[in-house]
Amino acid sequence: MNPSDVLASSLRGVTANPLRSILTMLGVLIGVAAVIVLTAVGNGSAQSVNDAISTLGSSTLTVRSSSGGMGPGQSGQDASSDLTTETAAGLSDMELGHVDLIVPEVSTTATVTADSLSSDDVSVIGTSADYFEVGDVDLSSGSAFDASAEEQSQKVVVIGSTLASDLFSSGSAVGQTIGIDGTSYTVSGVMSQQDSSGQDDPNSSIIAPISRVQASLTGLGSVDSLTVLASDSDSVIAAEGELEIGLNQLLGIDDEDDETYSIVNQSELLETQQETAQTFTVLLAAVAGISLLVGGIGVTNIMLVTVTERTREIGIRKALGAARPAILMQFLVEAALLTLAGGILGVLLAIVVTRFEISGTQPVIVAASIPIALGISVAIGIFFGVYPAWRAASMRPIEALRSS
Amino acid sequence: MSQPEQPPVADDSGRQAPVVELAGIEQIYGKGEMRVHALRGIDLTVASGEQVAIMGPSGSGKSTMMNLIGCLDVPTSGRYRLDGLEVGDLGEAELARVRNRRIGFVFQSFNLIARMSALANVELPLVYGGIARRERRERALAALESVGLAERGGHQPHQLSGGQQQRVAVARALVTEPALLLADEPTGNLDAESTEDVLRLFEHLGELGRTIVLITHEAEVGARADRLVTLADGVIVEDRPRTRGDDSADLDDTVEFPQYAPVRQGEGR
Ligand SMILES: Nc1ncnc2c1ncn2[C@@H]1O[C@H](COP(=O)(O)OP(=O)(O)OP(=O)(O)O)[C@@H](O)[C@H]1O
Ligand SMILES: [Mg+2]
Repeated sequence: MNPSDVLASSLRGVTANPLRSILTMLGVLIGVAAVIVLTAVGNGSAQSVNDAISTLGSSTLTVRSSSGGMGPGQSGQDASSDLTTETAAGLSDMELGHVDLIVPEVSTTATVTADSLSSDDVSVIGTSADYFEVGDVDLSSGSAFDASAEEQSQKVVVIGSTLASDLFSSGSAVGQTIGIDGTSYTVSGVMSQQDSSGQDDPNSSIIAPISRVQASLTGLGSVDSLTVLASDSDSVIAAEGELEIGLNQLLGIDDEDDETYSIVNQSELLETQQETAQTFTVLLAAVAGISLLVGGIGVTNIMLVTVTERTREIGIRKALGAARPAILMQFLVEAALLTLAGGILGVLLAIVVTRFEISGTQPVIVAASIPIALGISVAIGIFFGVYPAWRAASMRPIEALRSS
Repeated sequence: MSQPEQPPVADDSGRQAPVVELAGIEQIYGKGEMRVHALRGIDLTVASGEQVAIMGPSGSGKSTMMNLIGCLDVPTSGRYRLDGLEVGDLGEAELARVRNRRIGFVFQSFNLIARMSALANVELPLVYGGIARRERRERALAALESVGLAERGGHQPHQLSGGQQQRVAVARALVTEPALLLADEPTGNLDAESTEDVLRLFEHLGELGRTIVLITHEAEVGARADRLVTLADGVIVEDRPRTRGDDSADLDDTVEFPQYAPVRQGEGR
């Protein structure tokens, strides 16, 4: 009996009772779809973290103030413990060996007006000209501001693409004037469309020289964070050490425990986030695995029913000379076809489901998960079909024929 | 071999091993109170080309004997040689092959597989015999044609009349060119007209020199066979050749059995 004959007779078995076959497939279908969707969600969130990190670059560090600077327990310290533009300048002057650039940032929100249009709660970031280099930000038109604009606190801004089209729907934004909380600024450039994976959409924000933003909006002195670009991704750890020494010196901190800032290493952040995502995925995949197990038991159940119902057919086949392996194969392949069909439908379902965002993540199907899921489907059919098929194969021809 | 009026098939030595040799066959079903002694010592030899009708009252053991001859069941004791092959020595896989190659079985209830075309049903023994697709199709078509149903190959069993279904079953039994054609009350489920069709078919096959063993309840059918074996209560009570137009009444049915012994013990084949 060659494989195509086995396939043909098994196929006949599966299609003989379509409703029952579909119901039997359901367990495997749901299990397979769940496994693929869950791994896709895990993969998608890992990718979005990756993307977020890679826009900053894996060689960046972020320094943030970790206290308000004037907490009750730190009454002995003065306001200089806070991060300021002077801190940034001081660090730059130290010419730390593994640090290329130090970019201070302040951020706030403001009401933005242009002609008769106005927009509330627009995110305004004050930073230095190096921001565009560190963040790898491209402009679609116009130009960024330069260091001299920053020194002179010029009223120039670079705006996000969404904001640009909102405010200046007809024509270019470059060269136009916008008002930020009543002060007029000139738009020098518009940023290209960027991925918006974070909570602040960069496409709707405004970038301005830090000195200007401090003077007009946030107040002079303190900054929210320093983004530090290490000389390359291998130097991140060394740069972190140098920064710590430099900052402690500048801020007059002697003891590690008194540090009023924290340094966040982007790749460390990435790793922890990925680990969390992975644990989550493994847990949920285990749940999906249980549904596959239940589906498999359903296959055993239905195949036992099928074998009982078709006892007479088995008797006829044996009377015509079917040997044990031929009958075994017929029912094994039938079980495997059932679960494979369930698996294929599960994959299709997963492909449909993963087109939608799931709890804020756009799932990305792991390519290998599809063949693996189909392979597992077939394996489930074979594993859970062995016992019924063995029962069929071991029937004695005369007894099988006698059953009505 | 003991019946000179039979046209021997492929006879080059003048003698040929019998197709069926049963010796001392007993079949006991169940245990204790449920114990049924279905066959109590059957000795039967069927030569190649012979057509044997088996009759007897219900429960006399006809089907039991037929199932043993068809290798569907194994006897409690006794020896069975099929076409020179000692069946008792065979394992399960070899028995399956014997059923496939040497035996064609026609059942009372047709036993076609539902939702499978007539042609596919006829092909089935060839599928299990490992015959290639093309040859299978040709042989199955030829077998269907030989029972007069060539144009019904695409029909499923439920689309055929009882008589047609049984003819398909005969085609399926013949398609492997078996040494032995067995039929257990093949007309038991048929109306008079279909019965006539099927019996004519068997008669025709007999004329072609096929070895046939057929169980029947109809005296008329028994009378038409070469040889009529009558069972009662698990033993053969009568074994007589057909009373033909010519005078063959001198053939004593007991003649056959003594000749069986040397074949069994001896050279075999
Ligand atoms: N599987 C079995 N288990 C127990 N007893 C059986 C079994 N098969 C047959 N018998 C018994 O063996 C005896 C012979 O049965 P068998 O079927 O051979 O009779 P038969 O001559 O074919 O009868 P019929 O003409 O009614 O078909 C009967 O008494 C029957 O009850
Ligand atoms: Mg019977």
